[in-house]
Amino acid sequence: MIEISNLHASVDDREILRGIDLRIGAGEVHAVMGPNGSGKSTLANVIAGRPGYTVTAGQVLYRGRDLLELEPEERAREGVFLAFQYPVEIPGVNNLYFLKAAVNAIRKHRGEAELDALDFMERVQARAGLVKMDEAFLKRPVNEGFSGGEKKRNEILQMAVLEPTFAVLDETDSGLDIDALKVVADGVNALRNPERAFLVITHYQRLLDYIVPDVVHVLVDGRIVESGGPELALALEERGYGAFGRHGGASRRAGA
Amino acid sequence: MSSETLERLADSQYEHGFVTDVEQDTVPPGLDEDVIRLISAKKGEPDWLLEWRLEAFRGWQQMPVPAWAHVHYPPIDFQAISYYSAPKQGSDGPKSLDEIDPEIKKTYDRLGIPLAEQAFLAGVAVDAVFDSVSVATSYKGKLAEQGIIFCSFSEAVREHPELVRQYLGSVVPTRDNYYAALNSAVFSDGSFVYIPKGVRCPMELSTYFRINAKNTGQFERTLIVADEGAYVSYLEGCTAPMRDENQLHAAVVELVALDRATIKYSTVQNWYPGDKDGRGGIYNFVTKRGLCKGVKSKISWTQVETGSAITWKYPSCILRGDDSVGEFYSVALTRDRMQADTGTKMIHIGKRTRSTIVSKGISAGHGQNAYRGLVKIMPTAEGARNYSQCDSLLMGAACGAHTFPYVEVQNPTAQVEHEATTSKVSDDQIFYLQSRGIAAEDAVSLIVNGFCKEVFKELPMEFAVEAQKLLEIKLEGSVG
Repeated sequence: MIEISNLHASVDDREILRGIDLRIGAGEVHAVMGPNGSGKSTLANVIAGRPGYTVTAGQVLYRGRDLLELEPEERAREGVFLAFQYPVEIPGVNNLYFLKAAVNAIRKHRGEAELDALDFMERVQARAGLVKMDEAFLKRPVNEGFSGGEKKRNEILQMAVLEPTFAVLDETDSGLDIDALKVVADGVNALRNPERAFLVITHYQRLLDYIVPDVVHVLVDGRIVESGGPELALALEERGYGAFGRHGGASRRAGA
Repeated sequence: MSSETLERLADSQYEHGFVTDVEQDTVPPGLDEDVIRLISAKKGEPDWLLEWRLEAFRGWQQMPVPAWAHVHYPPIDFQAISYYSAPKQGSDGPKSLDEIDPEIKKTYDRLGIPLAEQAFLAGVAVDAVFDSVSVATSYKGKLAEQGIIFCSFSEAVREHPELVRQYLGSVVPTRDNYYAALNSAVFSDGSFVYIPKGVRCPMELSTYFRINAKNTGQFERTLIVADEGAYVSYLEGCTAPMRDENQLHAAVVELVALDRATIKYSTVQNWYPGDKDGRGGIYNFVTKRGLCKGVKSKISWTQVETGSAITWKYPSCILRGDDSVGEFYSVALTRDRMQADTGTKMIHIGKRTRSTIVSKGISAGHGQNAYRGLVKIMPTAEGARNYSQCDSLLMGAACGAHTFPYVEVQNPTAQVEHEATTSKVSDDQIFYLQSRGIAAEDAVSLIVNGFCKEVFKELPMEFAVEAQKLLEIKLEGSVG
């Protein structure tokens, strides 16, 4: 589904990703773990097309297409989804209204008819239950005044409603207490299916107790230094990232 | 790249910038007492009205040009403006809708104004003001059955002189301010509405203003009187052709609400704003004021200001009647080199008078947007209340938002609240929406509409849709 090869990317002329190779097949869940500053979020943002990130080499193929030449909204319409680490607030814009605009933009792209209000509500209500989200949240402005946990659940709700083919979760577990973590993980697990791929980015092993990945990658200093099964995450927990720092930079950052 | 996203302001077209080719009867530029006599004579006015005009003119001559607003423009040469321009027609203007110059009719068709009788279906009765004169008033007959008067100002002077004389200048005196005085001296037409006691006007009344002729000013006057227990909702829309030189629009609107009467006045202002570099455009210097004269009367202003090179207007309420209510809901958009200094005055005189102010300023490009408001609680206004909210939304780094709230409280039982916020449309917000499949332009209008929602919901339905669309068009190209 997604093939990343030799991906180099920089922010403000500083190289962050230094040759990433990653292949994720349909139905697979991959986890990327790494210390702060290793480039985890950069990878997520480059995939989603955030402005300010410059790809200097390499390519990202998504279902055989060059993903990097698409605008962010085109990527979304093609089925790529990013659950943000820091979801922004959009005052005055009703959560439901926003979701409906998003759903219909995607449907239009696929040549499907726009959902009418009733069908849309039905769909949203079903998915809201999935992340245990109170309906009152749907009527509030997007993320405005939401707690950290509510914002993350709102991200998962959006994912559930938009039904992406490839979802990237950027440190969705950060700042969550154990109950919220379970809710988020349950939401993700409910969406796992043979057609859908996930890239779960996390700093801690904890999330992977609940979302069990097929493959774990260790990202240090802009490169994937080791890949393995779920047991790799546990090994990391014991040994720390320091053991993987080829240039020593990663361990220094991890300690900072 | 990210800041570039917000700062790139491309050209969105001004849709209404066409010129209509009709023969105009235009008075040469310049202003003195003779010009005023000429205007008055052309309209066959009674002596008292000519005297009223001359009195205003003499006052105007002694008044300094106001300089306190947060706007900048070269001095206006008042002698270079023509103060009267009318499409040439047979002797006395059109008798019915069929007699209107087809070119003018076409103009209004292009603007989407339902001038023809089909407008009835839309529930809107329209008075259209083309340059200086009122060209058509639809549904007059239908309204007359209920005793409602809705006609051009000139006609009102002829047919209902006693009403006009009673209320003209009763809310905005001739020497109220520089531009009001100028308007009083030279106003050429406008609309007049009278809703009799206990009548609820069955349809939205509407005036459409259009400046067409070159080098002319438009000085219309609107007077709306709602008698005891009456209700009326009035809409006003404005456009002008694109011209390189600035044009002056100095209107006066007076509203009078008697006991338990309600007047709702909505404006969607889309005068030509000038080009990207600030060449041309309308100077919109307008005095709008409502008098809540009777007990439990209510006046509500809603304005969506998206055009004009300079906007200088403060639709206000004088809350004289006990328990009267004043409201002001405003969206003002400035982009390119547009400047707006707008807001309201709520003067609380009566007991338990209440007022609400919700102002939303949007600045993009090099636009400058100022909210200026006065809440004044007089010693007599026992238990008066005010709530004000002023929010500014900035798009890009070169624009400005300014807030000048004045509060004067002279009664200790009054409650006055003021809230203000300033926010930016951030790249992060746009990217967030894009990453959900929403195009950048749609993302901006979603954010802006969310910001303006409280005001839009005050507009009559079809106007709210128009206002929303207008903002979308105006913001096209505001982000990349």
